[in-house]
Amino acid sequence: MDFLDSFPVMEQQELRDFKKGIDLAFRTFARTYGDAIESFFEPLLFFLVWLEKLLINSPWPIIILVLASLAWIASRSIVLVIGTIISFLMIGYFGMWKDTMSTVAIITVATLVCLAAGIPMGILMARSNRAQATLLPVLDMMQTIPSFVYLIPILMLLGIGKVPGLIAVCIYAIPPIIRLTNLGIREVDKEALEAIDSFGATTWQRLTKVQIPLALPTIFAGINQTIMMALAMVVIASMIGVRGLGVPILRAISNQYLALGLMNGLAIVALAIIFDRISQHYGKRIQKHREGRNL
Amino acid sequence: MSVVKIKIESLYKIFGANPKMVMEHVKNGVGKDELLAKYSHVLGLQDINLNVQEKSIQVIMGLSGSGKSTLIRHINRLIEPTAGKITVEDQDVMAYDKNALRNFRREKTAMVFQRFALMPHMTVIKNVSLGLDMQGIKSEETKEKASLWIEKVGLSGYEEKYPQHLSGGMQQRVGLARALTNDADILLMDEAFSALDPLIRKDMQDILLELQSELHKTVVFITHDLDEALKIGDRITILKDGKMDQDDLPADILLNPKTDYVKKFVEDVNRSRVLKAKHIMQKLNGEDISKAIKVNENDFIEKFIDRVVEEKPEMIVVQDKQNKNVGCISSKRLSEILKK
Repeated sequence: MDFLDSFPVMEQQELRDFKKGIDLAFRTFARTYGDAIESFFEPLLFFLVWLEKLLINSPWPIIILVLASLAWIASRSIVLVIGTIISFLMIGYFGMWKDTMSTVAIITVATLVCLAAGIPMGILMARSNRAQATLLPVLDMMQTIPSFVYLIPILMLLGIGKVPGLIAVCIYAIPPIIRLTNLGIREVDKEALEAIDSFGATTWQRLTKVQIPLALPTIFAGINQTIMMALAMVVIASMIGVRGLGVPILRAISNQYLALGLMNGLAIVALAIIFDRISQHYGKRIQKHREGRNL
Repeated sequence: MSVVKIKIESLYKIFGANPKMVMEHVKNGVGKDELLAKYSHVLGLQDINLNVQEKSIQVIMGLSGSGKSTLIRHINRLIEPTAGKITVEDQDVMAYDKNALRNFRREKTAMVFQRFALMPHMTVIKNVSLGLDMQGIKSEETKEKASLWIEKVGLSGYEEKYPQHLSGGMQQRVGLARALTNDADILLMDEAFSALDPLIRKDMQDILLELQSELHKTVVFITHDLDEALKIGDRITILKDGKMDQDDLPADILLNPKTDYVKKFVEDVNRSRVLKAKHIMQKLNGEDISKAIKVNENDFIEKFIDRVVEEKPEMIVVQDKQNKNVGCISSKRLSEILKK
């Protein structure tokens, strides 16, 4: 009866040794390859620092003008432009300009990295069922594992700093763009593909002339999601050295500063809404052919 | 004599997990139903032998599930056969590698689809240029050719519209122009007009016939509509459960159906509307044609039946375009044909 009452547990000592073994192995790995991995991300760091400095050092009216015209080009919506201008004026007025620029910089770089890596991965996944079977559980894990947990190996490997923060943001934000690129391409009308095949398309022509253009609405939904996820992650990433709006929020949590937390939180919300609307509108606008029927 | 453009020899297509294995059973005479029940494979096509003449319209007719759409996709290998041989202009299509197949599709064939299969994100002119685009031909030349064909199918002024903005009939004109711009010898039309309203379908059939009279393409035309088959086909093959039932001239299908299936098919056809004078005429053998009325060989019976009723001639003389006598129809034969 003993067997049913007490769960068969690993010996305490053995368990401790087991965990220690894993930690030690990873630490050795980190010591050996940490520098190499860090130097691999050197150009990315350089770009991030450059962009952050550019955003912080440029005169604020120019930044607002650039953001407003970006909103106009993408959406052609005057409401969105006015909203953008007012949001950034308030952010600056409440003393959050510098942190916001840092956040904008890391979001921009993280999103670009996610797109550059995620879209090709999504395409690969759509082309091969085996790739899909392999990648799907990995993506599930990336999205469900508590983000604090994967901060640990990143910290061990690269320490505190911008690059580990950026990697953490990317790991968190990349799954949607991969998933939705895959989904979009898989959902492309079979008849359109048959038609382009019947005209003797190469694999590349098939991809660039039919699959990607027809998957674009879905891909854009993925881009949008990725930006949102990246914004959500900057607060957590600020624990490991990412500057920006997350830092004052962390301070607000540990010191119970309600106003500080709320203001910075709302700044993130404002960024989220602006980026969301810009990317959504842009996604819609390049789909001219989807406008209503005339006949 | 006419030249065989597309030759299909003992073609089989079996759908399922392991077609090659059950192929043995099919060759040993296992039928469609048994194959499905015992081996859970679907017999798509069975021993198809077909010669498509150059510059003619070959209709393949059958009901849904008869395998006609599967068959047409074998010609440009959108579907790979389980067994059999396809030869186009004495070239074995089955032997083509990836590159050769691509060139074959680009240069020799063009396809029109039942549900148009236009690219929704491309304008009409871009859609029509698609074939030439694939070949990497320069854009000015492409644009010129595409505009020409858009004009020929009567869509001038719609070049910059998107397919969604066009009606079904107009969309299929785009589909037709797209196929013709490719300038391929072989036109594969998979139920190209089946999704259209009757009136528009008739228009499209007329456009096709008119274009064919100047282009002389080799057309393989799939349809489930006997009237359509009789109207445009130079030759008709009837497909049933993946097997060829009868392969004949349209008039012979109508007048001499070989199987019960075809007989049932042609029972309700209004013969005066689908048979032309040339289909039923007999050779001139020195008959007295002094009191005969004259009709054109391409006239449908319907067109001259009123005159026959009014004037009650013994004999009808059939003439070609140059008013040369090419044959005759006795009124007795005419009434026999119409009586059935």
